[in-house]
Amino acid sequence: MIPQDLKYTKEHEWIRVEGDTGTIGITDYAQHELGDIVFVELPQVGAKVEFMKAFGTIEAVKAVSDIFSPLTGEIVDVNTALETNASAINTDPYGQGWIIKVKMTNPSELNNLLDAAAYGKLIGQ
Amino acid sequence: MYDKLLIELSRPGRSGFSLPELPPDYKGPESILPSSSLRKDQPQLPELSEPEVVRHFVSLSAKNHHIDKGMYPLGSCTMKYNPKINDDMANLPGFVNAHPYAPIDSVQGTLELMYNLQEMLAVISGMDYVTLQPVAGAHGEFTALLLFRAYHLKNKQTRRKNIIIPDSAHGTNPASVTLAGFNTVKVPSNPQGGVDIEKLAAVCDDETAGFMLTNPSTLGLFESNVEKIAAIVHECGGLLYMDGANLNALLGITRPGDMGFDVVHFNLHKTFSTPHGGGGPGGGAIGIKAILEPFLPSPVVIRKTEKDGGYSYTLDNNRPDSIGRVHGFYGNFASDVRGYTYIRMNGPDGLREISKTAIINANYLKENLKQDFALPYDFPCMHEFVLSGDNQLAYGIKTADMAKRILDFGIHAPTVYFPLIVHEALMIEPTESESKESLDYFIEALKQIAKEAKENPEIIKSAPHNTPVARLDEALAAKNLDVSW
Repeated sequence: MIPQDLKYTKEHEWIRVEGDTGTIGITDYAQHELGDIVFVELPQVGAKVEFMKAFGTIEAVKAVSDIFSPLTGEIVDVNTALETNASAINTDPYGQGWIIKVKMTNPSELNNLLDAAAYGKLIGQ
Repeated sequence: MYDKLLIELSRPGRSGFSLPELPPDYKGPESILPSSSLRKDQPQLPELSEPEVVRHFVSLSAKNHHIDKGMYPLGSCTMKYNPKINDDMANLPGFVNAHPYAPIDSVQGTLELMYNLQEMLAVISGMDYVTLQPVAGAHGEFTALLLFRAYHLKNKQTRRKNIIIPDSAHGTNPASVTLAGFNTVKVPSNPQGGVDIEKLAAVCDDETAGFMLTNPSTLGLFESNVEKIAAIVHECGGLLYMDGANLNALLGITRPGDMGFDVVHFNLHKTFSTPHGGGGPGGGAIGIKAILEPFLPSPVVIRKTEKDGGYSYTLDNNRPDSIGRVHGFYGNFASDVRGYTYIRMNGPDGLREISKTAIINANYLKENLKQDFALPYDFPCMHEFVLSGDNQLAYGIKTADMAKRILDFGIHAPTVYFPLIVHEALMIEPTESESKESLDYFIEALKQIAKEAKENPEIIKSAPHNTPVARLDEALAAKNLDVSW
């Protein structure tokens, strides 16, 4: 399941761009590889994120992984519902399982990301 | 019935001992204690007979899996059998009753054992000095990194803030790096599972404080470029640390000191058969080259030659460049006694035989299992190897499911999902403790599971079936801890 309208990182994050804001989550492939997600360490609204730097961690039964930001900017919204229900990332990675929204400062960074076809190739689908 | 809590099994007046009658003139605790110190109620302690207590604990131990009960092929953990003589020696009254604040003259035997263990570990590893203070592998890593830091600071190399780590490393390596105040720089593996030395050379510079290498690697492969790696790191002014987690493959065959490492840690609780699992207590001694000696954690056990030619032992606290203590008192002394006993019981030839047998056992399993399971790094291995569950994933069976199914055979699951560079990893380390019959039983169990994956996957997905509890909801267990004490 790789939505066509999103951009992707090699670290398995997705971003949906609307105007100057990007909504960020992890892909269906990533949640499947991680298995049951127990906890997400979320950043604060107003915090700065940098292109391909970690902004939080996801703790699954199997492993703990960093979440990387697909672009540079400032966090304008955080999905606090994940604090009590991290498993939304497992059940609905591209919808209810979104993690943060970022107001981007450098939209040209989007050119460094993968489109759906390239991401599909990366994960062998 | 004996798996109930002791307090539930308790019956008033039941007892496992009888005491002599009190003397007629006994006046009770109120004759010596102020009333504020006297308790008003009886303590809520369980009252049981000795056989009830024994049955309770044997019943609990039978529910658990442990090396005294069956094979424990938990890769990277070296779950070898712990000889009972280790415990006999650790229980000698002179050791058990020694107090850490006892006058030095009265604990010469304990200090002599520590000194001799340090000397033996130095010989085994090819190092100049050993400290027994760290009490776990990661603690040894952390201590080593503090030594690196002290060394560079003493030499006014304040730019050196990076520690390079291969992508196959134990997770404790980058964690120790962060705790010690350094930054981690990751270097990828080459197709043979070793360090990509060109990429290593590219990241080695005047900001490199050191390099951490596990040898054999977490793939169970010996790093054949180790001398080149040592030269690259030393040339740029860095120090070399060997994660000794896999030392069980090297005893009496080769030595970290000879390969060029400046520090190595020992897991007494793996390689040297001290208790392990369920929290230890561990022993994470480190061996070092002489250039790092001034910085060793204090106090240091030293030996003096007396006028009559005999030896005496003492603790040296006068060490101005020391990184200080890294643990209370002197480390886990009882683990030292067990490790010392193991080394003395086996001797140099016995230790070499241990490593050879561990390597042969792992290769025997690998060769017998690679028809049924994917083996991404198909090379002669050392003491362990890493299969992939990818063949079984085609039938919807994950490695986690197979790990649960293995429990039904009375075998502990291998390490799963590590190292991260192998997809659906199953990391298998039989150790030297297993007989050929035991290894064959393991092979048969895994072959059966591979067959079930094709023919009857449900039995794997719903496993385990023969354990005291069925499959747990691990996410729920991690989220909603049911803690009681």
